[in-house]
Amino acid sequence: MSIILDKVNFSYSQETAYKIQALKDINLKIEDGEFIGIIGHTGSGKSTLIQHLNGLVKATSGGIYFNGQDIYDEDFNMKELRSKVGLVFQYPEHQLFETTIFDDVCFGPKNLGLDKKTVELRAYEALRSVGFPEALYFQSPFDLSGGQKRRVAIAGVLAMKPEVLILDEPTAGLDPAGRDEILDLISKMHKELAITVILVSHSMEDVAKYVDRIIVMNQGSVMYDGTPKEVFRQYKYLEEVGLAAPQVTYLMHELHEKGLPVNLDATTVEEAKESILCALRNNEAKRLQ
Amino acid sequence: MIRDITIGQFYPADSVIHKLDPRVKLFATMIYIIALFVFKGILGLGIITLFLAGIIRMSKVPFKFMTKGLKAIVLLLIITSVFNLLATPGDIVFWKWGSLQITDKGIINSVLMTIRLVYLILGTSLMTLTTTPNQLTDGLETALKPLNKINVPVHSIAMMMSIALRFIPILIEETDKIMKAQMARGADFESGNLIQKAKSMVPLLVPLFVSAFRRAEDLAMAMEARCYNGGEGRTKMKPLKYGKCDYISYGVVVGFLVLVIVAAVLLPFPQG
Repeated sequence: MSIILDKVNFSYSQETAYKIQALKDINLKIEDGEFIGIIGHTGSGKSTLIQHLNGLVKATSGGIYFNGQDIYDEDFNMKELRSKVGLVFQYPEHQLFETTIFDDVCFGPKNLGLDKKTVELRAYEALRSVGFPEALYFQSPFDLSGGQKRRVAIAGVLAMKPEVLILDEPTAGLDPAGRDEILDLISKMHKELAITVILVSHSMEDVAKYVDRIIVMNQGSVMYDGTPKEVFRQYKYLEEVGLAAPQVTYLMHELHEKGLPVNLDATTVEEAKESILCALRNNEAKRLQ
Repeated sequence: MIRDITIGQFYPADSVIHKLDPRVKLFATMIYIIALFVFKGILGLGIITLFLAGIIRMSKVPFKFMTKGLKAIVLLLIITSVFNLLATPGDIVFWKWGSLQITDKGIINSVLMTIRLVYLILGTSLMTLTTTPNQLTDGLETALKPLNKINVPVHSIAMMMSIALRFIPILIEETDKIMKAQMARGADFESGNLIQKAKSMVPLLVPLFVSAFRRAEDLAMAMEARCYNGGEGRTKMKPLKYGKCDYISYGVVVGFLVLVIVAAVLLPFPQG
């Protein structure tokens, strides 16, 4: 169960004056159960890349293999791929259309050709797993707040029971509380439903806390691919392409330069706290000796 | 699929035609259309063809790009040419079946009509391809200014036009995005019969309308926040000014029309 991208190239508006090469020679392997963050500044090709993963966009050249099958094969079942690889777009609340929230969540599983009972069961499960209040199930989705609409939209994709869940900037336009809620929810789903999650973002802070692998995109190609610690060690290069490492990385480097032997690999506030306290304690002990 | 529409699309290039004043281009297009419908005979057609080919050449817009716009009217072309072919009475009848007949005049008419329509699309899309929508409405507003005196809200019309044109690519993009989002949820926009296809449009159209209304509201708010209250006393950042090239072009265009009319009078063959 993995997705392999082999030398994928893609350009928009080929053979016109507007031609833009959005992806250059992408080679990636996405394993089962991974929690991946894709990071890049605006226009770096993140969104284009993820649309390749469920076949919405066809690569200009190169191949994509889902569980060993070439998705560009004539007899490959695209519909099945789209149910296995769920994609939540940016501002997903803009795609709601049904009269009630429950009906909207039913749209995905209904398209899979399941019977009514299974469809409703799945919609119910999906709405529950995004923690949506049951009292609102049969209200119009257009009356909800932004954060709640987003939950409904995520549930709409979850109801298709994907094996891989891709979220394009799920926190865009949400306040800090809403952002934490959605990110915690995603991390919970990753653990409880045991699915592969790919999170697209341009905020390092968001991603550092949750993911265990980061792919940095720059101008259509993969710049770094590794664990958060490995990637953030390159913070100086990240800055050059308009990205930044989490605040704590800077703090730790600064402290290290000032002579405090802290752990430079700390990426979250918790880790940083531990490391600083530990270093201070060591210093104290040395001074007393 | 949606991206194939070339009407109202601008093609950036560095050419004389691109730099012309939009009023000149509007005037030239009008004259060109008149010429298309007054010309008679092979000589007039030749002059128009030369004129069109010359301008296409000068505009540096690839010909392939222009013919894309023709695809949309293929059906219309076929219908007009078939009707003209079968329903025109003439002197020499080649074939007759009931009220349908193929005559010498019918053949000429159907060929001419097809050429006219093709040239019409080519000429007008040439204008939109070489003029940004903003320039176009600017030119239109200035050209129609005299109508203000008889209480025609020229400015509002021009503003509506430029907003509408501006929103075409945005809405196309939005449609594309919503379509993809629904396809990711398993929606199918292609298969099925007509009723199923119409039904499958609901998940696309509802969000599209919702977002269009939201955008309209936001835009109105943003315009009011910047004290927009119509055209009264409004100045322009880039006022339109005629240059040397523009005057020459006016001369060329008028000369072209005169030539076409003269050709129609002197050598009306083969239309009679």
